[in-house]
Amino acid sequence: MRCVILGSGNIGTDLMIKLLKGTDASGSGATPLELVALVGIDPDSDGLARAKSLGIDGPHEGPQWILDHADDIDMMFDATSAYVHARHYKEYEEANIVAVDLTPAARGPRVIAAVNLTEHLDSPNINMVTCGGQATTPMVFAINRAIDRLPYAEMVSTVASKSAGPGTRQNIDEFTKTTSMALREIGGAETSKAIIILNPAEPPIMMRNTVFAALPEGSDHDAVIESVFAMEKDVQQYVPGYRLKNPPVIEEGPFNTPGGVVPHRAVVLLEVKGAGDYLPPYAGNLDIMTAAAQRIGEAIAYHRADQKAGA
Amino acid sequence: MTTPDYRLIDSTLRDGSHAISHQYYAEDVVRIVKGLDAAGVQVIEIAHGDGLGGSSFNYGFSAVPEKELIARACEVTTNAKIACLLLPGIGLADDLREVNELGVSVARIAVHCTEADVTEQHIKVAKSLGMEAIGFLMMAHMNSPEGLVEQALLMQSYGADTIYIADSAGAMITEDVRRRVNALVEALEVPVGVHAHNNLAMAVSNSIAAYQEGARNLDGTSAGLGAGAGNCPTEILAAVSTKYGIETGVDPLALMDLAEEVVRPLMPRQQVIDPPGLILGYAGVYGSFLLHAERAAERYNVSQAEILLELGRRQAVGGQEDMIIDVALELARKHAEAEETQA
Repeated sequence: MRCVILGSGNIGTDLMIKLLKGTDASGSGATPLELVALVGIDPDSDGLARAKSLGIDGPHEGPQWILDHADDIDMMFDATSAYVHARHYKEYEEANIVAVDLTPAARGPRVIAAVNLTEHLDSPNINMVTCGGQATTPMVFAINRAIDRLPYAEMVSTVASKSAGPGTRQNIDEFTKTTSMALREIGGAETSKAIIILNPAEPPIMMRNTVFAALPEGSDHDAVIESVFAMEKDVQQYVPGYRLKNPPVIEEGPFNTPGGVVPHRAVVLLEVKGAGDYLPPYAGNLDIMTAAAQRIGEAIAYHRADQKAGA
Repeated sequence: MTTPDYRLIDSTLRDGSHAISHQYYAEDVVRIVKGLDAAGVQVIEIAHGDGLGGSSFNYGFSAVPEKELIARACEVTTNAKIACLLLPGIGLADDLREVNELGVSVARIAVHCTEADVTEQHIKVAKSLGMEAIGFLMMAHMNSPEGLVEQALLMQSYGADTIYIADSAGAMITEDVRRRVNALVEALEVPVGVHAHNNLAMAVSNSIAAYQEGARNLDGTSAGLGAGAGNCPTEILAAVSTKYGIETGVDPLALMDLAEEVVRPLMPRQQVIDPPGLILGYAGVYGSFLLHAERAAERYNVSQAEILLELGRRQAVGGQEDMIIDVALELARKHAEAEETQA
């Protein structure tokens, strides 16, 4: 499948380097994605220079370049901003280009790579929620599947100040609202909350995520822990640096949550170390987005190939 | 009465909330607001200890939804303005809109002292609602005077009416406060404020020093109720200010009565500088971590002091309460490993 990346900043450039490795997101086979270009708007950007040095086309005409070459492009990864994506997403759809949206524009259905990867493979537009959402929704889902009901889930994401870009900073509410919604819609929690903290420590800290989950009376604690460990392995398939910093613990309350009073809570302490492709390893928040984007793009490519073979 | 020389903001119902694990009830709010209002306090801050939307696993759930308490505060105040605090990343701009509807007219937008650009959205929303917007730079000991000026100028450019620095770890000595306030007063067009904590027993003297350097807003809490070893006690600040000849506009005796009769009976323990409280100030650790660290120490049978010191080494910032569990588990594991080696 022929694809382009729009946005030659940190995220777009990191995704380019991942795709150029030639292996798929799990690292076990060849990627079905053929990168045609890294498209930017600034001819002097480091990302476009990097593209050219790697033998990849690096035009700087932005979304228009993609539309002008629509016949030769099947998929685009949008690593710009919510504003830019919202302005152009219809044009990509009309040009028959599948959009995997890494911005918080939220025009398409939300996909968390480890949870509902195959749910929206025919959608013309896929939204990737947030980095914190990609990191924590899988654990909320894992806990929910091990118990009867999950009245409340909460995530706390701490990222190094250096890896939080201006988009996140100017609209931090968007991050917490979107992430919180994913914990409910995809994770399965009845109520939820998301918190993000920026930490300026030097050297920069690795991305940390904590998931708290309300466990109602009668929940099988061993099943919760087993399910969390299994999910760690699932995410590691495409984000090798994703790990439980400590084994999950069950703490005794009671806790007066928005979903009602519960006797226990599960605490899952996660760390995400980036692969260090273009971004430094501490920027696990950005790495988990690019890794998940590759995973989602490949799932769409395999699905399309199957459909063709079937037709 | 003559015009006060500085504006006193009381945070008993916000920062004080930490010390009682966010278990305020409506009747407490009514009595405290009435007492502060009658004593002449100009601004009363109320919210979950971690600001609007702070009720959570990470910071502790409020006994009563904060907006119910805020509504009561707005109903019973006569002269004092009602303020709230919001940390972007924890609370939402929508929270500001809701409390503004209830009658809150001052919004303090709080952020770690190096991350001011995160406050733009919320300062602008507060201003568009017609609220006074106060930029609140936390853990101010972790940034230089010049660094704080840079951050404060950003907040001023977003429209902040006043800029505070908060000694959230109670880690500053008087000289630290003087240099920071002096630099801010020189560089800013808007008034400066200081929020002090008492972990090093410096809260009152630091507040007075801040006034002498030009700060015109000072924070206190009744009986010092607050995170860590507590805040600058409002009644002591008022009494000491008077002795310095600084006009406060408040009645120190009325504040003393409020502290003794209303606030002290609510306190699960006296607000003293015990070793864990002192460690916060000594190691520069966020004050709100104190009680969370105490609970984690009990739960995992490790030392509270060790937890706090490790958080200091990790340069944890306000809001990272989840790291307390992380540190406690790691300490417990290390102890278990050490015992195994010995055995």
